Amino acid sequence: MKENVVIIGGGIAGMEAARQLLLLGYTPIIVEKKDHLGGHVARWHKLFPDMAPAGDLVRRLSEAISEANIFLETRITSINRLSNGYVVMLSNGVSIPCRAVLGASGFRLFDASKKEEYGYGVYNHVITNSDLEAWFNGAEDPRIVADPKAVGFVHCVGSRDLKAGNSQCSKVCCMTAVKQAIELKERFPDARIYCFYMDLRLFGKKYEDFYINAQQEYGIQFIRGRVSEVGETAEERLQVKAEDTLSGKPLKVQLDLLVLMSGMVCNPEVAEFARTIRLDVDSDGFLKSLDNVGGINRSNQPGFFYAGACTGTKTVPETLAEARAAALDIHRYLLGK
Amino acid sequence: MIYEGKQKIWKDYQKEIPDDHWYFVRSCIRQNFFPASERMFTEITRNVLGKDVYETPYHTTCGGIAYHCDTLPQETAMTIVARQFALMTEAGYENYAASCITSFGNYAEVLETWHEFPELEARIREQLWKATRREFKKPKYLAHTSDLIYHWRNQIAEKAKFRLVDKDTGEPLRIAEHIGCHYAKMFPSKGVGGAEYPYVLTGMVESWGGQIIDYPERRHCCGYGFRQYHVKANRGYCVSNTHKKFESMEPYGIQAIVTNCPGCPYFMDRWQYFIAEQTGKTYGKDGFGIPVLTYEELAGLVLGYDPWDLGLQLHQVAVEPLLDRIGIPYDPKAKYLGVNKEDLLRPSLPQTLKCF
Repeated sequence: MKENVVIIGGGIAGMEAARQLLLLGYTPIIVEKKDHLGGHVARWHKLFPDMAPAGDLVRRLSEAISEANIFLETRITSINRLSNGYVVMLSNGVSIPCRAVLGASGFRLFDASKKEEYGYGVYNHVITNSDLEAWFNGAEDPRIVADPKAVGFVHCVGSRDLKAGNSQCSKVCCMTAVKQAIELKERFPDARIYCFYMDLRLFGKKYEDFYINAQQEYGIQFIRGRVSEVGETAEERLQVKAEDTLSGKPLKVQLDLLVLMSGMVCNPEVAEFARTIRLDVDSDGFLKSLDNVGGINRSNQPGFFYAGACTGTKTVPETLAEARAAALDIHRYLLGK
Repeated sequence: MIYEGKQKIWKDYQKEIPDDHWYFVRSCIRQNFFPASERMFTEITRNVLGKDVYETPYHTTCGGIAYHCDTLPQETAMTIVARQFALMTEAGYENYAASCITSFGNYAEVLETWHEFPELEARIREQLWKATRREFKKPKYLAHTSDLIYHWRNQIAEKAKFRLVDKDTGEPLRIAEHIGCHYAKMFPSKGVGGAEYPYVLTGMVESWGGQIIDYPERRHCCGYGFRQYHVKANRGYCVSNTHKKFESMEPYGIQAIVTNCPGCPYFMDRWQYFIAEQTGKTYGKDGFGIPVLTYEELAGLVLGYDPWDLGLQLHQVAVEPLLDRIGIPYDPKAKYLGVNKEDLLRPSLPQTLKCF
């Protein structure tokens, strides 16, 4: 009989790890609280830098793990430590004994309504990056007008923001904003598009090319300065105030749509089960890796491993690479090596 | 505008406001600007609502105005505040209500600073003792007086003789609220409704039948900003801010503005005259301005007090169109009679802004 490995979370980290564990001869058991696999990526439209459809990635992974045991709409009710492993109790009454558990519970998108000055949930045409991806994917969204004349993107919403309780950079938002700005410009060629940023952190392969292209080919305007407040005009347009710190002047623009680049924050539910089995939690609320260089997949508890954004903000390629590494780590652990 | 979104935020910013027994301190400037407002506060709270609101003539400025003008060190302002708290303690009260927004912000800032730096509080206690031989307890509850009127808004509504409704159309009056900067922008959790979408005045207006109108520059400073107005060379900047607000609210057909700050109603009222004379532009209907009222004046109006007993004749902008719209009776001949019926004399009328 093949050995069970419980994977907490059915996002791309859990799916990729399951794929690798199947190849290595194990029985991965994915526990996912939602009714579908793919996590945040399932809601995404295209992935940078190749603009590949996000749905293709989720589909490929789904096909590859058809032999895995998958519990959707299922929660972990408890995890108990045994002398040589764990017993994972599920909300459907199933209990799974195993020697290894993979935490792949991902992140939460920052609740943009907490940045009250931006008016998410108060003004009609303020949306988040996630809302925009869903719209790109075909979802109806009455907040997006038919022919916007001007659109703004606010970077770092809830990221690098001590007031919001999050000091971490979410890594992907800068590039996501550039990508989404280009996609919007392609749909609305006459629209003026502004990106309000405090720093641009475009570190990945081809990211800089995207940024240059966004300016040269698409005419997207990058304004270094934070948005201070958003209001609504009598015509239900948005009035946005910001500071252009490069020119040293305050500015005010009227927009038809404002997209808030909500950052990645820790999943608060994780802290609950982390306490029960004494997993270390980092100062940013994410699960704490054994070390952040050579042991990022490992926890402080034997047999408990991590992959993806449960330990911090990650890009999609980083998440997939970590999932593969975690599967190999688990394999080595179960072999006793 | 998604009203439910605002309601969600309002729920997050509700503060505990005891129902009775308040130690009340006045503003340095309100009695000069709008002389009946603080008088109406004590009248309404004591005689209409039957609350215990105590004040002593021995209290002084809180020092906030000088502190925010950069002419007073914070430690000196703290010692003044400590003396105010000592007077409250001696009077046997623990709930402290400030009539001035800047005082409220100043008290909140001092209490928060003492919380973060207890050694500083100890030093201030020592300084107060050496200077005055007084000791104090910190207030259990700190409120701005608009918090209290907000707290009792529904009781006022029950006793109201008028509602903030157009008597001819039955439509709620279109009212803009303006919150003093020092109310919640420094400490959002200390203000009812928070800093971005404060509810303190909105709650009153809604309870009394009116409708609050949002506009893009709602959050913008009235223009007073101490170092703007008090430095004479900066007064152009002061009025330009007020102008910006009126330009922004122009498309909305605002019929009245309600405020909770000493300076805001003064500048938003008086600058309308200045703007009209400079630019020829007025923002009310038929050449009038938009009346700017304090929340006590508004409460007094709905409770049926005589508009001239509320001091509305001392506003620059004529309030008569608003009174007519609501249906509040008034005697035009009594407008410039004082409380003892002494003739207060008549002011010169502006050339552009229509007044009576």
